[in-house]
Parts: sequence; C-alpha cells; structure tokens
Amino acid sequence: MLDEENAPAKVLAQETELRERVLAFLADHPPAQTPRDDFLAARFDAGLGYVHYPVGHGGLGLPRNAQPALEEELAKAGAPDIDVRLNVIGLGMAAPTIIACASEEQKSRWLRPLWTGAEVWCQLFSEPGAGSDLASLATRAVRDGDDWVVTGQKVWTSLAHHAKRGLLLARTDPDVPKHAGLTYFALDMHAPGVEVRPLRQLTGEAEFNEVFLSQVRVPDADRIGAVGDGWKVANATLMNERVAIGSSRAVAREEGAAGFAAAAWRQHPERRTQDLHQRLLKLWAQAEVSRLAAERLRQQLAAGQPGPEGSASKLIFALLNQELSGWEVDFAGTDGLRYDDWTMRRDASSDYARGPVFRYLRSRGNSIEGGTSEILRNIIAERVLRLPAEPRADKDIPWKDLPR
Amino acid sequence: MSNAVSASKVRPALDLLYSDTEQALAGALDDLLAQRCAPAAVLARTEQPEAYDVALWKALAAEIGLAGLLIPEELGGAGASCRELAAAAERLGAHLAPVPYVGSAGVATATALTAAKTATRPGGGQEAGIAADLLRRLADGTVTAAVAVTASAMPADTFPAAVQLSGPQPGDAAAGIFRLRGRIDSVPDALPADVLLVPAEGVPNGLYLVEATAPGLHRVPVTSLDMTRQLCDVSLDGAPARQIAVGASAAAALDAGLVTGAVVLAAEQLGLAQRCLDMTVAYGKERRQFARQVGSFQAVKHRLADLWATITQARAASRYAAACLASDDPDTAVAVALAKSACSDAAVTAAQECVQLHGGIGFTWEHPAHLYLKRAKASSVTFGTPGAHRAALAGLANLPAPA
Ligand SMILES: Cc1cc2nc3c(=O)[nH]c(=O)nc-3n(C[C@H](O)[C@H](O)[C@H](O)COP(=O)(O)OP(=O)(O)OC[C@H]3O[C@@H](n4cnc5c(N)ncnc54)[C@H](O)[C@@H]3O)c2cc1C
Repeated sequence: MLDEENAPAKVLAQETELRERVLAFLADHPPAQTPRDDFLAARFDAGLGYVHYPVGHGGLGLPRNAQPALEEELAKAGAPDIDVRLNVIGLGMAAPTIIACASEEQKSRWLRPLWTGAEVWCQLFSEPGAGSDLASLATRAVRDGDDWVVTGQKVWTSLAHHAKRGLLLARTDPDVPKHAGLTYFALDMHAPGVEVRPLRQLTGEAEFNEVFLSQVRVPDADRIGAVGDGWKVANATLMNERVAIGSSRAVAREEGAAGFAAAAWRQHPERRTQDLHQRLLKLWAQAEVSRLAAERLRQQLAAGQPGPEGSASKLIFALLNQELSGWEVDFAGTDGLRYDDWTMRRDASSDYARGPVFRYLRSRGNSIEGGTSEILRNIIAERVLRLPAEPRADKDIPWKDLPR
Repeated sequence: MSNAVSASKVRPALDLLYSDTEQALAGALDDLLAQRCAPAAVLARTEQPEAYDVALWKALAAEIGLAGLLIPEELGGAGASCRELAAAAERLGAHLAPVPYVGSAGVATATALTAAKTATRPGGGQEAGIAADLLRRLADGTVTAAVAVTASAMPADTFPAAVQLSGPQPGDAAAGIFRLRGRIDSVPDALPADVLLVPAEGVPNGLYLVEATAPGLHRVPVTSLDMTRQLCDVSLDGAPARQIAVGASAAAALDAGLVTGAVVLAAEQLGLAQRCLDMTVAYGKERRQFARQVGSFQAVKHRLADLWATITQARAASRYAAACLASDDPDTAVAVALAKSACSDAAVTAAQECVQLHGGIGFTWEHPAHLYLKRAKASSVTFGTPGAHRAALAGLANLPAPA
C-alpha cells in the first residue's frame, strides 16, 4: 500500500556517488601523510566539508541527510575532522547566515576558515539595554567613506575571547522605527577599538564577555545584506540558533541529559526512592519523546516540508535539561551539595560532563540564551498559531523617540 | 551511555511522517465526518438510547474500508498496517466519532489476526480456521467484534481471570462448544459488537468467540464518563463459545490486541488534542474582552504555545509507535509506552485547556468542549494510564524500581 515512488533509489544512487567521491579524495589526500590543516582545507575545497553547503563553498548543494555517509567513509579512513564544539556559533549561526545572505565574494573569504576552525566566530547582538527587545539596540554605525565607524557596548557575548569575527547588529538610522534602522556586519574582533572583558557567570567561569566598541572601523565590504536590512538578516541567524540549540543531528537514546540521570540511577541502587523513580520515568519518557520529535523534524526538513516544530524543540530542550539536572542533584543526596570548582576560568564551551551540580546551574541559561522561553512562546503563539499580537507602543515611532 | 538500552546506537530511523496514502485516507475521512458527525449531532446522540452511531460505522467500515485496514488482502482486507490504522484514528478522534473503531478494527482485529497466525494445538488448526473466518467477516464490515476486557487492561497484564469455563451441556463436545461463566465490568466498544472475544481462565487459558445473540450472554450499558464511547458490563452464564486460541497463543493474541489498542487509542487522542487546540485558538481570535481579542493576552497565548509544543512531541511519539508496530520493530514495547503516556497527557491537557479558555460557554452542555474532555479523560485511563505505561518503562529501559 505504501508506494514511495523511486525516491529511495535516487537517494541511494546519490549516496553511492558521494561515497565514491570521498574515496577518490582520500586516495589523493592520504590522511596519514597529510597535515591536519591541509587535509581539512582540501576537504572543504573538494566540496566535502558540509555537503549541504553550496557548490564552490565547501559543499555540493546536497540535502543535509547525505552528510552521515561522507563522515562514515572519512572515519573509516581515520581522517581528521573538525571540532564542532570549538566554533558552535560559527558553524551553527554564522555559516547559515552567510550562505543565506552574504555575497559570493564574502562567502569565499569567510566560509573556508570558519569551517576548518581557523577562525572562530561570536555573536554581537545583545546589549545592556536590549535583550529580548533586540531591535531596540543602541550600538551606532556611522558611514565614513568606505568604512563604517562603530561605537557601543555588547554583552553576554559567548566566545568573544576566542573569536576572530563577530556577527554584529548595529543601528545605522535612528530616525526610522527600530526594526528598520539596523544593519548587519561581520566585525573583525582584532580591529583597533574592540575590547573584550570577561563576564563571570553563576557557574563560576566565564563563557561570555562584555565587548566594548570604541570608534571601530568596519569596511563596507564586511556588511552583510543591504543597509537597513539588518533585522531580516538577524532573523536568519536567530532561526538557526534555535534549531542549533534544539539539537540538529540524530542522537541515540540516552545520549543527552537523560543519559546522565539514567546512568546515575543504575549506578546507585542505594539512593533509589519511589518519588525519584516516578520522576525519573516521567523525565526519561519525555526526553525520549523529544528525541523522536527532533528526528521527525529532521525528516520533515529532508522531505522539503519544513514545519514550525523547530520552535518547540528549544523550549522543550531547555525545560528537560533543567528538570533532569534538578532530579540529578536530588538523587545525589549530600553529594549534590558539593561542587568541583568555583574558580573563575575562561572556558571555550560548557563541559556538561563536569557533574550534576554544574549541569543544574548551567542549564538555567538554556531558557535565556538564544531567546528566552517567554519570547519563544510569544513567537509560537503569534507566528505558528497566528494569535493576535499584544498591543504595542513601539512599532511606528522613530527609534530615537522611544521611551527609555 | 553504556547500557543495554542504547546498545542500538542511532538506528536507521523509521519514517515518522504521514505517507501520501495516509493523508488521502485522512482527507476522505474528514470529508465524510464533517457531514455525518457534526458536534451537534454527536451531542444529540448522547441522549438517545443508541449511544453508538451504527449506520456511520457501517459506512466507515464498508465504504471507506476502515474495518479491514489491518486484515490481509487474501482475507478480504486492505492489507495496510498500523500506520494507516493510526492515521485514521486521529481523524475519528478529532470528530469524536461514536463508532467502535478502536475496539473492532483495532483490538479485536489484531487479536484475531494473531490467533489465526499462532493457534498451534497439536492436530488442531480448527481455532485458526474460526479466527480466519471471523477476519473475513470483519473485513467486509458484516460483523463488528470486541475483546471482552475491562477498559483499564493494558499490554503485558497477567491473563484475566474474570471468566472461567463452566460445565458442558450434552452434545457440546461433539459440536466443539465450550461454556463460559463470569463477569467483566466496563468493557469498551462491546455494546455494538456482534461477536465478543472472551479471554477465559483455565488449564490452559483460552480465548473464546461468543456470538452477541448467544443465550446466557448479557450486556448492561453503563452510564459512562465518555458519553461517546459507552461502556457495558458483560456477564456470561453458561454462554456457548468456540475456542479460537489456547495457552501461549491465547495470551499472545490478547496482548497483540491490547498493544494495538493502546497505539490506536494514542493516535485518536492525538487527533483529539489537536482539535481542542484548534478550537481554542479560533475562539481566542473571535472572543473579545477589554476591547481586545482574548487570544492577544499573554497568559492565554503562552498556555496555547505550551500546548502546541506538547502536541508536537506527542505526534512524534504516536507516529513512532505506529511505525514500530507496522514493521514489527524490537523497540515496539518502549514505543507503545511512550505514545500512550505522551498522547494521553496531551489530550487531557488540551481538553482541560479547551474548557478553561472558552470561559463559561466551555462549561455548558451545549458546547462540545465537555464531550472532548470526557473522551480525553476516559481514554487516558483506557488501555493503561500514563503512569502505568511509564511504569512499564522501568523494566523496558533498565530503570528498576527501588528495592
Ligand atoms: C549563557 C548565555 C549565553 C549568551 N550568549 C550570547 C551571545 O553569544 N551573543 C548575544 O548576543 N547574546 C547572548 N546571550 C544573551 C541572550 O540572548 C539574552 O540574555 C536574552 O535574549 C534575554 O535578554 P535579557 O538578558 O536582556 O533579558 P530581558 O529581555 O531583560 O528579560 C528579562 C525577563 O523578562 C522576560 N521578558 C522580556 N520581554 C518579554 C515579553 N515581551 N513577554 C514576556 N516576557 C518577557 C524575559 O523572558 C525574562 O524572563 C547569552 C545569554 C546567556 C544566558
């Protein structure tokens, strides 16, 4: 009864061709004899970076779900791979934004070092006065010849201390309503006038920073999209951020937060109580269902039917991480009262394997970073369910006249 | 993580989307149900003596072919799978169709299919013949069947002991007739059934077919919480029966029926949940208070956004269970527990939100919200509560209960 036409056959042929291409590449660039950086650069140039990237920019324009076949062949050959964790913002947000909105020349300049990890990216969106209400931001960019001169302050900037480039959203026209006066740039983080100061978070270390911008010159060639189109480009970034946070690759059962909890339960029979058992079963089931929902979303994307379900992923992901790690602390008893280290460190990314207390604390940020859960609910209600917007006072007034 | 459960790693994914066939079936059902199953008609029927819409069921069973979805083509069915069965259930749930679909096309059909396949008494094969004959009559819609188990029965339960064999009457043995005695309360979808499949305790246990007209069989309608799926109490007083499976195959047949029942009911609840959300969103755009649409208040919006997110999760669980069952996947037991618990919770939440966010009108008899609430709550208890299904995960996922 289920005739799927010849779609599977087509996919299979595509996969065979891809595997052959990888084998040919490996023959020309034997991993054992090729230095890591050279290998990764050559891989990118051969279109074997991320196969869904455009032809000529590290990919082959194939669907995302072709990637596992490529990685399987590379792994079999013991080839080096990129470390996604070191450039999460670059790979998860900057690259999709560049592919969707940047010029060919910009793609050629930025994508290769981004993908290989040579250049780490960060996201300069939030400001002390503009978080959820991002479009109200105040950092100014003023045109001066072939450059823009940028002055302002960004905050909560993850990875700024490692970054070569930053996705910068700045105000270029204060005389129009707030969404209309924004422009998007790729900022050179090493340019004069960029100062990065660590900002310590409640876990003890500093993943994020304050970034002070004083008269920083940004070439117009580094502008992404048209002047005044910054909000449109920023939305491309934010959509990808939420998908990235809500998990975009296939994971195994218990691979995420539920795995820590389940492992603890199996390891410590002496700590088991009825109450903790009930809570664990419920959370385990919810985590497993959310894994299936993420899988279903990927299938929708692969079938060319992108649904709005992505916005649910991040909401549920945050909730589950928080509940599961809260359960872990309860289960740990008095061990849950001990922490490994409050020392101020500047880590590149969060190591969730650090322990239940760290996970409990770090996961509080999951419902704040990348748009708070309240904002996500607004977005679901208004864009997915098409419920009427709240009455607003800030839509048609020039940005400079808004009450502050 | 290192444990038996995830040893499977990332397995090749089952298809969690709706196929073209499933969508076409759903579309045809929506058209028919929009005409034959409008909320006012469903409400009116709840106050009539016939709680089930038998004429509608005959149309769905024979004309659209819902009764024979699971039945192989050589027995006159559609040769489809649990995927199509679940897709259709979503539509029936959305319209609250008062038909014995879950009980007959789901539970009883899956039970008879397994009985037909596995009845293995030495020198036997007679039981398999009776089951196959029943399947033929189910497929063309001439007969409706129900498994006589109490509503809260769920997969992996111990074999029911409510009914026993009673003393034979003269001529029984020669005619292949057994006699049953006992009582089963709160049986779903048995009222409109022509045939009951009755599990009876004995040595060995067996599964028996009893005609609804048989002397000694009594069905007493129950004033039911779910007014659109009326329960009945079944009693047997020496009722004549024919054996369709014994021993392990009887247990397997009953379990197959309950597994299918839980999955189809989960899908039905998913359809119900989505309909409750849609109705509530529509009302939020229409109803005005404080010179605004009530759906523009954030307290309302956030609840509906959360409900929507919950339903996206439940949909994935429901699709996964249907796909597992359709392909006889080794993860089926886990999938069933996930689907029934997620969809039951989603349906109850959706129906409760539907009542609340409609305000006073949602509390009236006239508005259909209460019919959805009653169906949702009752179905969440039927074939295993969310808690009971999650408890099953303790064994399935190696998360043992405290000693
Ligand atoms: C770990 C971490 C990493 C981060 N990394 C980065 C980064 O790399 N780059 C970057 O640009 N930013 C980053 N952020 C910033 C993040 O995007 C903002 O913190 C977030 O958008 C919220 O803004 P805010 O902090 O100003 O809170 P506010 O917007 O002031 O919100 C305060 C509270 O009010 C609620 N609220 C606000 N508006 C509404 C509304 N309309 N309806 C209902 N409730 C509302 C919020 O949900 C919140 O609970 C990071 C944040 C964290 C925690």
